[in-house]
Amino acid sequence: MAKKLMKGCEALGEAAIQAGCIHFFGYPITPQTEVPEYLSRRLPEVGGVYVQAESEVAASNMIYGCAATGVRVFTSSSSPGISLMAEAVSYMAGSQLPVVIVNIVRGGPGLGGILPAQSDYWQATRGIGHGDFRVIVLAPSTVQEAADLMIEAFDIADQYRNPVMIIGDGIIGQMMEPVEFKKREPRKLAEKNWAASGAKGRAANKIHSLFLDPVKLENHNILLKKKYDEVEKNEQRFELYNTQKPYELLIVAYGTMARICKTSIALLEEENISIALARPISLYPYPYQAIKEAARKAKQVLVVELSMGQMIEDVRLAVEGERPIHFYGRSGGMVPSPEEVCRELKRILAKKP
Amino acid sequence: MQAIFSRPKSMSTTISHYCPGCTHGIIHRLIGEVLDEYNLKEKTVGVAPVGCAVLAYNYLDVDFIEAAHGRAPAVATGAKRGRPDLFVFTYQGDGDLASIGMGEIVHAANRGEKISVVFVNNAIYGMTGGQMAPTTLPMQVTSTCPQGRDVQTAGFPIQVAEMLSSLRTDAFIARVSSHSPKNIIEAKKILKRAFGYQVSGRCFSLVEFLSTCPTNWGLPPKKATEWLEQNMIPYYPLRIFKTPEEGKIL
Ligand SMILES: Cc1ncc(C[n+]2csc(CCOP(=O)(O)OP(=O)(O)O)c2C)c(N)n1
Ligand code: SF4
Repeated sequence: MAKKLMKGCEALGEAAIQAGCIHFFGYPITPQTEVPEYLSRRLPEVGGVYVQAESEVAASNMIYGCAATGVRVFTSSSSPGISLMAEAVSYMAGSQLPVVIVNIVRGGPGLGGILPAQSDYWQATRGIGHGDFRVIVLAPSTVQEAADLMIEAFDIADQYRNPVMIIGDGIIGQMMEPVEFKKREPRKLAEKNWAASGAKGRAANKIHSLFLDPVKLENHNILLKKKYDEVEKNEQRFELYNTQKPYELLIVAYGTMARICKTSIALLEEENISIALARPISLYPYPYQAIKEAARKAKQVLVVELSMGQMIEDVRLAVEGERPIHFYGRSGGMVPSPEEVCRELKRILAKKP
Repeated sequence: MQAIFSRPKSMSTTISHYCPGCTHGIIHRLIGEVLDEYNLKEKTVGVAPVGCAVLAYNYLDVDFIEAAHGRAPAVATGAKRGRPDLFVFTYQGDGDLASIGMGEIVHAANRGEKISVVFVNNAIYGMTGGQMAPTTLPMQVTSTCPQGRDVQTAGFPIQVAEMLSSLRTDAFIARVSSHSPKNIIEAKKILKRAFGYQVSGRCFSLVEFLSTCPTNWGLPPKKATEWLEQNMIPYYPLRIFKTPEEGKIL
């Protein structure tokens, strides 16, 4: 397929269709409204279903019901809406349903603002809702990567029978870039013989997360944990940038922020200052080992986020005190320029670690 | 030998956890019979509530999805839109449907989702031990209105069938009762008609069942059926409120 110039939100919608998902339930919220707008036009063309729910509570429970019948489905929202979806996400994780959730993060807390932010890292990676569960979280840094991850997200969700979240900030959602919907080798997926799709020629299937017997509930949690162990083994993704030659400092950043940091690294390169970048793509499972190893080759580490410091906790867990870790973050929709990041880097390098 | 009475195929042999005299079990049985009569066992997806009927999926032998408290109409919407060929119904209590899930039921009805709703109104929260429900009658005593429901602060009980009938969208909406054999026979006819509207792809349908909760009403089963008849029916009249053919029936 040829490259097309598309907004991030639209590319996410189209990528879902390319992945064979033609069912969407959502509710408008800036800065992701282009996803439902695009799909309300596009899905009827491909024989799909678009439903504007009455709230994110309803939208997320609709995808729960749709996924329970074995049909590929997704929803899209932004921070306040994702908070409302927390209930259904917990139920979907508990009853092991494959769904994809797009989360185009905006500044918070509360109603916050509508500009790009990364302030929902904790919400996304620490489970969102109640109970012992994980959501697989993938963070693209370009529109092309958003489309690629979106297409694969449906396979990942099906393979592990677990919610997968694509997390981006408002820039990923709003920016226009050339994108190509690449044909890819689909994963080998098992039949959905667990689905509630009419008990024809088999015993009835019950999609549930209720286990009143504590022994059964513990066993269920153990089973989920085993699944998350598999996810952690198989699904870690990250990019290492400028790590080929020796570097003084390692930046850890994800999404759009990582992209800005790459420009900062190029600017400092001209001044013969060598900086590397580790960009986690999967925020859960977090690439702890890769970051630990990359940090070992540097004298110190700088975490850069569009938040007051959330992912830094995972970087600390990765580095395990072996290197000093600094933080630079902007929030509320303020996005630092590459020059601002350079200034911060120089300030850190000027001090003795 | 000819069998004249047997367990519906759509029901399992599991012994229910419902209290003696509770009419949840009767309503389950009517659903089982109607599913059998339409031959729907192999294409049905039930959506269970949070409430005493949370384990309905153990008693009705069809595919089931357990919804979060009040969300059954949204879950059913997703299931029916995903697989329009399936027969999708929800089973919900009055706390589930008329309190925490009021938004979901109104909008599912208003969109005209081709689903069927079995709404069990027992004027109380059964599962959590007898707290006030949106349907608790004025001056009725519960564990959270020990002096009786005060309409000045708690408002009047919500008449769900009447309220949903005010929506413009086509629907079949009726109220029946499960407290006497005569009413149960009538209820079955109306439930069958309601399910029929989904079978023919016509419209949304909801049947409100008045139901007993002897345990939390603090009454023996027989007294509970009398209490229902004397107190609930005057406030919650039994009739068909709306049909797709005639619209709202005044
Ligand atoms: C979000 C949430 N809030 C509260 C509860 C606790 N809860 C369980 S059942 C129930 C009320 C059920 O009453 P009703 O719907 O009338 O059904 P019944 O048990 O009477 O059949 C409540 C409040 C819950 N499970 N989830
Ligand atoms: S508590 Fe009430 S509603 Fe629940 S099973 Fe017992 S009698 Fe029925």
